[in-house]
This record gives sequence, structure tokens and C-alpha cells, in this order.
Amino acid sequence: MSGQTDQDGDIIICENVNKWYGEYHALREVTTTVKKGEVVVIFGPSGSGKSTFIRTINRLEEHQEGKIIVDGIEMTNDIRNIDTIRRETGMVFQQFNLFPHLKVIQNVTLAPIWVRKKTRKESEVKALELLERVGIKEQAQKFPGQLSGGQQQRVAIARALAMEPRIMLFDEPTSALDPEMIKEVLDVMKELARSGMTMLCVTHEMAFAREVADRMIFMDRGQIVEEGTPEQIFSAPRHERTKLFLSQIL
Amino acid sequence: MATEAARARPDRPSFVLWDWLRQNLFNNWYNSVISVVILVVVFQAVSGFVGWALTAPGWSAAITNLKVLTTWTYPTDQVWRPALAVWIVALLLGLSGGVWRGIPQTLAIGFGVIMLILGVLAFALPPATTPLPVSGTFFLLISGVTTGVGYGLGLRVGEPLRWPLVISWVLVYPVAVLIIRGVGGPLPEVPTNLWGGLMLTMLLSISGIVLSFPLGVLLALGRRSNLPVVKWFCIIYIEFIRGVPLVTVLYMGSLMLPLFLPSEIRIDGVIRAMVAVTLFSAAYLAENVRGGLQSLPKGQAEAARALGLNTVQTTLLITLPQALRAVIPVLVGQFIGLFKDTSLVVIVGLVDLLGAAQNVVGQPQWLGTPGGVWRETFLVIALVYWIFSFTMSRTSKTIEENLSVGHR
Repeated sequence: MSGQTDQDGDIIICENVNKWYGEYHALREVTTTVKKGEVVVIFGPSGSGKSTFIRTINRLEEHQEGKIIVDGIEMTNDIRNIDTIRRETGMVFQQFNLFPHLKVIQNVTLAPIWVRKKTRKESEVKALELLERVGIKEQAQKFPGQLSGGQQQRVAIARALAMEPRIMLFDEPTSALDPEMIKEVLDVMKELARSGMTMLCVTHEMAFAREVADRMIFMDRGQIVEEGTPEQIFSAPRHERTKLFLSQIL
Repeated sequence: MATEAARARPDRPSFVLWDWLRQNLFNNWYNSVISVVILVVVFQAVSGFVGWALTAPGWSAAITNLKVLTTWTYPTDQVWRPALAVWIVALLLGLSGGVWRGIPQTLAIGFGVIMLILGVLAFALPPATTPLPVSGTFFLLISGVTTGVGYGLGLRVGEPLRWPLVISWVLVYPVAVLIIRGVGGPLPEVPTNLWGGLMLTMLLSISGIVLSFPLGVLLALGRRSNLPVVKWFCIIYIEFIRGVPLVTVLYMGSLMLPLFLPSEIRIDGVIRAMVAVTLFSAAYLAENVRGGLQSLPKGQAEAARALGLNTVQTTLLITLPQALRAVIPVLVGQFIGLFKDTSLVVIVGLVDLLGAAQNVVGQPQWLGTPGGVWRETFLVIALVYWIFSFTMSRTSKTIEENLSVGHR
């Protein structure tokens, strides 16, 4: 089952996804597909449902209607499907969510050891490679609380990559960072995008979007208002809402 | 301005007693009056107490009754068995101190040194009322020496002893109970209605702490479970136990339970008290652990789930370790409370350290002592309770400091 993609290379398929929090309609008829290796940036005003949307893709939020197919597996209530999808998708959070009681290296090796059942030695070798890739190998024996925000977020990326995911989800990865640390995290994300990783990023870093995104999705009030390449979105947005929002943040 | 202020800031002034007194106790007239009054009262109280303590006639009551206070009516010719149990623990403590250093080392050295000092002091004390095969002096000195030997051995052997030691610590409680209770042959059975004193207090406290911990953690997790049956069972249990006093639970266990059970089934009184204390403590512990679980940011469990860890792994590897760390001070506070609450078993006819002390006070030979011996005896008991409680409190503080390295 796992590892299969559709013939046209769609790795994520969302059809008419609806979600409610009580009476509040958080996602309305969200329909989109993401191709393998595509980098998609999702942006929009606060409360527009963009975080909720990417959190439905690994079932941190449950959708009530519609279809989500990740890597050929349909998201149902079947816990095995959910676990398989979670193994295939890495997630990076706004607040890092590193495990403060574990050292950096243990944060990175935890899932490979317990979920992928790899040996400790194998996982540590791989973890050190990943920490080197995100530029903080020398911090491996420290605790997360001893690192700066930017370093913590890079550890979080390494931790997600350690599971060798086919898709990476980023939920506002730079929003909680001090300005001088945003670049070091974006640099890692750019390198990842160039390596061919499928990425869904909720972010307001428009320079990043312009540089690496293949496609941008603008969401408002739980709906996809408009999507297109960065050139289309920045130079010729079709909807008034998109124009207004871009004029406010650029 | 700010930089000027910083430049003008003087070096830390050297400590002058007179300046300190003037600033803190005599900085204006009414504070001076309050200080003088308090100093007079404190001086009166301390000098009065010291004067009394030095001349008090009743200290010998506690000292000559050490056997009663420590083991109550345990057969005199078998007293070497609880002593042997203590020596085994002393050896394990010494070994652990040598192997792990850190907290076990502090505990081992503290225990060994106190035992040796008391043992040496004991030469100067009047003899016990009943001659024992194991004299108090001998017992104390052997305990101290055993700890020391264990410590030396632990230092020398080190690493290979770790796992055997962990297993020994798990087994030491049941083994100690077996030695004290007896299995026949060279260890004739001593029925539990003869047990008592400090020995009973320790047995009840240790079983209460060791057993209520896992039970409390399970109840806390159960209360947060998604399964309605488990969840409601835990809520009802916790809220019921928390709604009644420990005395009620002890009464239920000791007096009511035998009425409900068929007459052939007799559950031992000490075991009933152990179960009651454990069940009572577990309910409170569950709420403390639940508090720790709720204090964790939601993102911790989300991150673990997003990595693909299942619910059990998320709980055991991520949420529970952090929750327990957060509530160490509360848990140890609860264990200290449990240790002191065991004195309530007097109500259901068991004689713990406090009960034994009450009995010593009432012994006819002290009738002639002016003012009785209760002050001196209860002070000795209070000191024993304090030593154990204070040790627990300090140990928890050290654990907290060790664990907080590099956190947040």
C-alpha cells in the first residue's frame, strides 16, 4: 500500500474537505492536489484555516467530510492508515515542540528507534548526518532548552527528516523566531526544497515563496480563494481578497 | 542616565554586623521595639528549653525502651531478624552509593555516619530493660560498618554491580518481610499481631509509597482515557477516596471488610492496613500526576503523534516522564504525608512508632518520675519522624536540581 503514488504523480489529493469546530465552519470544500516533489506555500489571514488544513493531512485534525488521500492511502478512521500516513509525513511546528527532557540527538533518534525499529547505532549515525545537514552537529549532546530558537527549529526539521518522510509539512515554522534567526531556518528549508522533497508550507515569508515555491495557495475563511505560480500570484492576483491581503503584507 | 547610574553603582559593600542589624532589625523606633520583644521571647524560650532538656529526668524512658519503640512485642529472642533486614538494606545502600555516587552516595554516607555516631554514643547509655541477643550498640555499629563495607565494595567493583543491585532493590522488600515474618525451620513464624513500633511504621510507609506510585499513575492515565468505562471507573474511585478521611478507609479495611467476607477468609491485619494506606494514597497521587500531565503543552503529544509514535509510546516516552518530573516536589510532599499518616493505624489496633511511644509513657515504672516521661519520649519520636521526613525532602530537592540541568 505505502509508497504508491497515482500515475500522474499526485502524492496528496484533497477532495471537498469540510471541517467544523462545533458550529464554526473551519474548512469549506477544500479541493487541491499536490504532485510529488512540488513545493506549495499556503498563505492567508489569521483564522483562514491554513494551519487547520495542513494539520488534517497527518490527522492532527480530523476532517468530517470529503476525501484526503496521502501517498495512495485514504485517510479514514482506521488507526493503521493514520499511523502509516504519519510515518510518511514529517511535520515542523510553529513552537518547535522539541522534547525538552531528551538531548538533541535523542530527539532525532527517538522515532527511528521506536517506530522504524532501527538500531540505536544506525539511528545515531543517521541523526548526526542530519544535524550536520541543518548545521548544528556540535549541539547534539545538549538539551533543547540550551539552544536558540533558530537552532531548535533546525533540530525539529532534522527530527522530522530522520523518519525519511516523503512529504514535509511546515506550520508557520518561522513565526515564533526572532528576526535574525529566520534566515537560518529558511536556508535549511530552501536546501530541502531543492533536494526534491514534497513540501507544504504555511508561511508569510513571501521572499521564500517567490524563490522556491512551485505553487501558492491563498486561503480565506476556510476556503481556497485562489492558487497559482508565484509569478501569477504576485504580479496578477485575480481576486480582490488576494490583492488586498498582499498589499497589506508586502 | 542609565549608564551614569550603572557607573555610579558601588562595589558590593563588605558585610558589617552592626550595619546589618541596623538595616534589618532597628531601622526605626517601632521595628526596634518589635525586635527587642521578639529577642527576649526567643531567648526565654530557648534557654528555658535547653535548661529543661539538660536536667529532664525522663530521657531514660525512650532509651531503655528502644526495643519496644523499634519492634514492639516482636519476640525478644528473634529481634536479630529485623536487625538482619536493616543490615541487608544497609549493605545495598552502601553498594549503591559506591556504584552510582550522587544521591545514593549522600544517603549511604549519611546513614552510615549517623549509625556509627549513635553506636558509639550508645556505650554511654543505660542498658535496655530487657536483655537482647542483639544489643542496640552492636546493631548500630554493625549497620554503620555494613554500609561502609558496601560503599567500599561498590567503589571498587562499580559498573558490573548495576543490574544485580537494581534487582536486589526490587527484591529487598519482600525478602525483608519474609525474614521478619518467618517461614518455619530456623525462622519460626512471628504472627503480625506481634509486630509494631518503628519497624511497622517503615513497613507500612514503604509498601504504601512503592505500591501507590504505579497504581496512582495508572489511575491518572485512566482518568484521561478515551474509553468511557475506564475513565468513569477511575473518576469514581478517585473522587470517592478523596471524599473520605484515611481513618474511614482504615476502618473499612480493618473492621467492615471481615464482616462482608466469609468467615473462613481471614486477611491479616497488617496487610489490611497496608492495602488501605496504599489505596488511599493512590487516589491523591493520581490527581497530582494528572496535574503534571495537564501542565504539558499540547504540542508535546502532537509532535510525538506526528512522528508516528503510537499512544502507548507517546505516553511512556514523552508525556509521562515530563509530567512526573514536573510533580516531583508534590509527590515527595505526599510521600512525607503518607509516612506520618501511618500513625493513624493506632485507631485500628496496630501499634506503630507513635503507638509504642504512648505505651512507653504509660509504663508503671515512670509513675514516680515528676511530670511523667511523655515530653521526653514524644520529643525522641518527633526527632525520628523529622529525620526521615527531612531526608525525603532534601533528596527530592537534589533530584529536582539534577534533572533540571539544561531545561527551559
